[in-house]
Amino acid sequence: MSEILTKSRARNIFYGGSLFFIVVFVAMTIHSHRYVVEKSTAGMPLTDAVKLGKEVWERHSCINCHTLHGEGAYFAPEVGNVMTRWGVLDDPEGAFEILDAWMKAQPSGTPGRRQMPHFEINEEEMRGLADFLRWADQTDTQNWPPNDAG
Amino acid sequence: MKYKSQKVAYAYFIVAMGLFAIQVLGGLLAGWIYVAPNTLSELLPFNIIRMIHTNALIVWLLLGFFGAAYYLVPEESEREIYSVKLAYLQLIILVVGTLGAVASYLVGIHGGREFLEQPLWVKFGILVAAVIFLVNISLTVLAGRRTAITNVLLTGLWLLSLLWIFAFINPSNLSLDKMYWWFIVHLWVEGTWELVMASILAFLMLKLTGIDREVIEKWLYVIVATALFSGILGTGHHFYWIGLPEYWQWVGSIFSTLEVIPFFAMMSFAFIMVWKGRRNHPNKAALLWSLGSATVAFFGAGVWGFLHTLHGVNYYTHGTQVTAAHGHLAFYGAYVALNLAMFTYAMPVLRGRSPYNQVLNMCSFWLMTGGMAFMTFVLTFAGTIQTHMQRVVGDYFMDVQDQLEIFYIMRFGAGAAVVLGALLFIYSQLVPQREIVEPGNDAVVPESGQA
Repeated sequence: MSEILTKSRARNIFYGGSLFFIVVFVAMTIHSHRYVVEKSTAGMPLTDAVKLGKEVWERHSCINCHTLHGEGAYFAPEVGNVMTRWGVLDDPEGAFEILDAWMKAQPSGTPGRRQMPHFEINEEEMRGLADFLRWADQTDTQNWPPNDAG
Repeated sequence: MKYKSQKVAYAYFIVAMGLFAIQVLGGLLAGWIYVAPNTLSELLPFNIIRMIHTNALIVWLLLGFFGAAYYLVPEESEREIYSVKLAYLQLIILVVGTLGAVASYLVGIHGGREFLEQPLWVKFGILVAAVIFLVNISLTVLAGRRTAITNVLLTGLWLLSLLWIFAFINPSNLSLDKMYWWFIVHLWVEGTWELVMASILAFLMLKLTGIDREVIEKWLYVIVATALFSGILGTGHHFYWIGLPEYWQWVGSIFSTLEVIPFFAMMSFAFIMVWKGRRNHPNKAALLWSLGSATVAFFGAGVWGFLHTLHGVNYYTHGTQVTAAHGHLAFYGAYVALNLAMFTYAMPVLRGRSPYNQVLNMCSFWLMTGGMAFMTFVLTFAGTIQTHMQRVVGDYFMDVQDQLEIFYIMRFGAGAAVVLGALLFIYSQLVPQREIVEPGNDAVVPESGQA
């Protein structure tokens, strides 16, 4: 091995090969970007309300308890399909009402139960958050999660 | 210490160890909340504690890498660091940014992309610090002797800094957001950080075993080649279920399976070098940490990663405690233990007190490693049960969590061992010990009864 694979050959393989894989990866990323915009998330328009909802989601760092499409902390339930679980995926008004009621009831204070904090969220933001969660739910995630439990 | 400017590393390592303490204490608190969920629930909710736990980890590992670079580059390049002042300025910016981030988390000001929650000004601070670092270290390397170790180290550090650009790109389309987010998270820990890890490990092997540089550097290039060849397209294993095309299931499964290779190679490399090496280096603790790091990285990143990386498996395990098990052991083995190996090697030199009693340090290795291993096992069991109940049977999340309590109690115990080990490690680094342990002698009686 020492005869055929010299240090300089190993170095060239490293730089050349890495460059090759970077090029392939960038090409696949460009394709995936277009796929997301045109296909997998195209089922519902990316409205200002959805964008506002995403800001609300981020401002309160929901990801550090919940998972969204399986990513995040594993302390609280998956919310990528919460609108399906609540049966309000296609019902904007129902989605807002159930989400608003749920969040206003937190924290429950039940002993021995994980506590969701209380968040100050006005009506416009709450409607945005509900729209954002419906928007996420309608994304084509290759049939993940396996069932409504999330 | 051959070069005066290596002393910069000392300050980096001290700050890194301080954040390490904060990180593990935050982790312990988060682990306690799993056991007693009402703890601090209104004062300091779980999400804030988790942000501190993960952010402190990332920053102290980076500080360790920076410090390691400032320590080893002068020796490799055979010259002083370009500017010691810039190196301290960089550290000050990072410390101010870190304290600022923690303070703003505590008052509820933060972003909401996991691990990238830092306020915008902190993100810019990190960018400025990274640029200062790259300029400083690149000018040092370019002016001096070029080695494979500095080549790979610089390639890794340049690429990881470039990827930081994606911290500023946050598309309002959630699926795009997630895709570009992985450009940092995955391409750091399963790409560029591996380059940094491999080059630091190569440096440690060079110093500790006395093996010929040619041999070590050839190994180094082979290892980092396998790391990037597998790791770049291996990003696909995060693209299965977030709204990206189906082909990632095959690309991700195949290439992320290959990600085991660089970790296996690093473990083999470390052991073969030690077996073949003739040098009997007095710093046995550094050797223990180096071999331990390579071994635990292979199990944590390699084996536990493979465990749930195939898309057919991941469909059920994605986002369960299985992921938490893997994440903890992988980070500990690959990056925590490697940093601690470097600290253990460099600190006696930086403090001018080697060789010395390292029993406490070695005890801390076994406490931490044993604790992390046990934590990984119990979380894996918890994740397996969770996967079955929630993903196969379809039970509701909170009902499943109630069934996992016993594992969370055991995880807290394991975490307590890790915290003890971490504090013992820091103590052993900072508080002077007796220089050399003398062979035991029964005839010696302590003077006036003092132990």
